[in-house]
Amino acid sequence: MPNTALLAETGEITSFAGRFFREGFRPRYELAELLHQCYVVGYQSLPMVGITGFIMGMVLTLQSRPTMAQFGAESWIPVMVGLTIIREMGPIITALIFAGKIGSSIGAELGSMRVTEQIDAMEVSGTNPFKYLVATRVLATTLMLPLLTILADAIALYASFLGVNMKGTTTLALFTNNILSGLTFGDVLPAFVKTFFFGFAIGLIGCYKGYFSDKGTEGVGQAANSAVVVASLVIFLLDLVAVQITGLLGLN
Amino acid sequence: MQPESIVQEMPSPAAAPAMAETVLTVDNVSKSFGDNHVLRNFSLALRRGENVVVLGKSGSGKSVLIKCIIGLLLPDAGRITVLGQDVATLDHAAMDRLRAKVGFLFQSNALYDSMTVRDNLLFPLRRHWLAHGPAEEEALVHQALDDVGLAHTAELLPAELSGGMRKRIALARTLILRPDIILYDEPTTGLDPVTAREIDHLIREVQQKYRTSALIISHDMNCVRLVADRVVLLVDGRCYAEGTYEELAGNADPKVHEFFA
Repeated sequence: MPNTALLAETGEITSFAGRFFREGFRPRYELAELLHQCYVVGYQSLPMVGITGFIMGMVLTLQSRPTMAQFGAESWIPVMVGLTIIREMGPIITALIFAGKIGSSIGAELGSMRVTEQIDAMEVSGTNPFKYLVATRVLATTLMLPLLTILADAIALYASFLGVNMKGTTTLALFTNNILSGLTFGDVLPAFVKTFFFGFAIGLIGCYKGYFSDKGTEGVGQAANSAVVVASLVIFLLDLVAVQITGLLGLN
Repeated sequence: MQPESIVQEMPSPAAAPAMAETVLTVDNVSKSFGDNHVLRNFSLALRRGENVVVLGKSGSGKSVLIKCIIGLLLPDAGRITVLGQDVATLDHAAMDRLRAKVGFLFQSNALYDSMTVRDNLLFPLRRHWLAHGPAEEEALVHQALDDVGLAHTAELLPAELSGGMRKRIALARTLILRPDIILYDEPTTGLDPVTAREIDHLIREVQQKYRTSALIISHDMNCVRLVADRVVLLVDGRCYAEGTYEELAGNADPKVHEFFA
């Protein structure tokens, strides 16, 4: 994409975000639709996030064990896995999975609604489609991704416990104690806070791509695809910014 | 070179006898998209209980016209008055109140895929705060579905309906608000001839039963013949000719004749 087009799209997405803050928190509140979207983006993502978290914890444990064993540091596996998952891998992997499942779904759904004039129909039915469709979805992704990340972290750590026990023996109490002893407030809070921004970015970009989808079925496909690609890129950029900020705050 | 309008050769609606109240006025409206001048000083009047068809080629600005009327697009110049209210001066709340009185049948039907037929019909009713309780909602849904002959489809999803049924449900969603004016955007496009005629007759039935006024966008000449009380020919963004179907069909002007040949 040429630089000017990239800058133009960045400006448009920023303007779209501004519209969310201007219109999203004014009456008429779409609480029923917000709850429905929380169910769709949260509850229906549970299996995918759970499986991903389980594999993430198991693989990380099994792959790090030989190296840790070479240095006689097997007892540090719980701390190492805990820090890795809670600080970085849990939020990032969950956000990427979430972007793939929910970002593309939002992009395709709104794109399809745009093409088939459903968004216009909503407007003539006395409904602000931006509030009904966009604000509710962005809020839902912002609120649900942190919860899903906590769940993914917990499942990943339990999978790590199983991984440790595949080649050795440890109790859940000792494993949990080891993890908690290695974690500080500065490890947990920034990792949790950044997931709100990840969720916001995924919802916003998915809605933006769908809401302004070009006419035609090709446009719907492109909206779904670019929603995932752009959201994934933005997640990494936000993560980079988060690392810099936590560094400046002395939390790294 | 733009064709000159011959509209002055036709009987003016303002001069027509037994003049009814005007419910919609489009006065010298222009609309452009970049260098594409879609509407150029277009004017039109719709009277209560009348069906007016705007006839024109694809891409001639017919759909833009009704999107300007319902406030989905803003005209660059000119004035649109609907039920006595200047559309351009209305705030969101006033526009929503006006839209409750103006039904819009979209070309693509625009039924909400994720909702059942019942929920599709209830959506505008609830959003406009026009129903008071489940019993009244149920009665209105039943009446609207009955009007279009699809009382048995309430629990179906739009994907389970045929093209003609979807068009009827879209009309039922419009009728449930008991609008004063209905805007039809190419109501028979994409339908087989038999279903298209059924929709044409339905448009007439709705007009007679509820005494609605209708502005119908079409290039289907059978539809024009069956539903139009008056026809406005839109050519290059202008009102090129105006009159009854028979008057325009007998017009020798080549631009008019090519539609009726």
